[in-house]
Amino acid sequence: MKRLVRNGAALLVALFAAFPVYWMVVTSLKPSSEIFASTPRPVPAEPTLEHYRELLTGNLIPGVSFADFLLNSLLVTGVTVVLSGLVALLAATAVARFHFTLRTSFLIMLLVVQMVPLEALVIPLFLMIQRLGLYNTLPSLILTYLAFSLPFAIWMLRGFVAAVPKELEEAAALDGASRAQTFRRILFPLVAPGLVATSIFSFITAWNELIFALTFINDQSRYTLPVAMTFFFGRDDTAWGSVMAASTLFTLPVLLFFLLVQRRMVTGLVAGAVKG
Amino acid sequence: MTELTEAPEATAARGTPAQRRRRPDRLPYLLLLPGLTIIGVLLLWPLGQVVAMSFFRLDNVRQLRGDREWPWVGLDNYAQVLADPFFRTVLRNTVLFATANVVLTMILGTLVGLLLNRLGKRMAAVVASCVLLAWATPTLTGTIVWKWIFDDTSGLVTWLFNVLPDGLSQAIFGRSDWTGYGWFNSPLLFFAILTLVVVWQSFPFVAVCVLAGLKSVPSELHDAARVDGAGPWKVFWKITFPLLRPVFGILVVLSTIWDFKVFTQQFVLAGGTQDRPTFMLAIYSYAEAFSPPPKYGIGAAIAVTLTLILLLVTGLYVRMVLNQEEYV
Repeated sequence: MKRLVRNGAALLVALFAAFPVYWMVVTSLKPSSEIFASTPRPVPAEPTLEHYRELLTGNLIPGVSFADFLLNSLLVTGVTVVLSGLVALLAATAVARFHFTLRTSFLIMLLVVQMVPLEALVIPLFLMIQRLGLYNTLPSLILTYLAFSLPFAIWMLRGFVAAVPKELEEAAALDGASRAQTFRRILFPLVAPGLVATSIFSFITAWNELIFALTFINDQSRYTLPVAMTFFFGRDDTAWGSVMAASTLFTLPVLLFFLLVQRRMVTGLVAGAVKG
Repeated sequence: MTELTEAPEATAARGTPAQRRRRPDRLPYLLLLPGLTIIGVLLLWPLGQVVAMSFFRLDNVRQLRGDREWPWVGLDNYAQVLADPFFRTVLRNTVLFATANVVLTMILGTLVGLLLNRLGKRMAAVVASCVLLAWATPTLTGTIVWKWIFDDTSGLVTWLFNVLPDGLSQAIFGRSDWTGYGWFNSPLLFFAILTLVVVWQSFPFVAVCVLAGLKSVPSELHDAARVDGAGPWKVFWKITFPLLRPVFGILVVLSTIWDFKVFTQQFVLAGGTQDRPTFMLAIYSYAEAFSPPPKYGIGAAIAVTLTLILLLVTGLYVRMVLNQEEYV
């Protein structure tokens, strides 16, 4: 009896958690007639890809299609991820491998800075972007997201670097490897899985960001996906089929990457690293 | 450039580890330089800048570009904001909303965490994957989907209320036809839906953390208490909660920080920054600064207020983390 109650509650939780995602995908696969039917169906009677086709072939505004926004988003996110991974790896190595005077202060600063409400930085960063002449350009977003993703990336990578046994590097140094060689041949390959996990977090930060993209970009053809979606969808017009198709396409990479990180976080990081 | 001048030294450092340790090492600072520069220029400097901006009257984009004077107004912006009765509404909205959301998120998340810990293996895997799904969904699309679920013509909730027997619906709510009912029009309902969305997005994190905490607690303690006849309520408050107190502490602080600065969900549900009665601090600051006519100084003053509130909470958080991570 108790077990029954427990399993019943578990199913309710699962339903509550997963239903919106399910409903998003299902709606995107329904023909419009079914979406706007007076009685909604839990599964599409005649599943169709028409919304996806429409989305990927048509133009949202004259001359600009969904693919263009996708490209903007990919560009901004891609550059952010690469730069953030690189810079974070250097800083994480410094913090995890060296003892220097300002080390603890730096770590505390990282923690505090992550708690700064980024929403409060829109106005001063808008000022900076204006001054730098970067208003209405994608680099303005790359710079911003780089700064947003760095503190967490360094914090996380520091754990991965610290997990690599120091003896490995010392042995390499004894064998006459230079610091650069030790870094490239020993540390980097062992930290690579951690770098992937960290990059995914940076990816999610940059991919999902809305407020700054909304504020720094004026030219519609330079919108990133989040801005395009709030701007063209869900206002007064209710083309829910296309909206859900776009939402599904937007969500999919995040879901995939997220699940990937989850597994990595759970499985023993060090064990895998030493074997690799 | 710096690296070139460093090169001879790096060669010299190629001796034994003992030789290397002899003089202070500049390498860690070099490694830190790019990261520190980016964080300094793009996070710390703007943080100071927003405080500075709050002391000026800034209502023209040309002032930002540096083409026009910045008139110093001292604390006028703050005085103006604090004297505005609307600010009190916003503050009340923010505090009430954040409190309600933290409490609900913590309760639901803890219950789900406890539940996951007691489920059979297969059931736990199914529920955990569903919970992860809600967690991983981007804030933006998660909110858009809820907006569709509450759509006033074909939304699922509208349909559900239409399905209710007309007499019953009439007796409880005073209407039987829900088509065209604006779910987001009354501030109270708007906040209820916003709470639903935010709790849906944030309870998974709490559940996963509580579950992880539970897994690290030896189950003998719980078993012993149960054998002694303690009910689940008692077991939780006498054993689970004291053991997981640090986890709960950090979760409450993090949730508070997140729920105080909700922006995206509200922006999407309200369809922009026009719905003033439902404003909270983050969106209020944004709207003051960027909705025409722009008032960057006032917006900055509100942003500083929000930051100060969160700084207090952050202080608590840092202390907790430092107490836990002895190797920092």
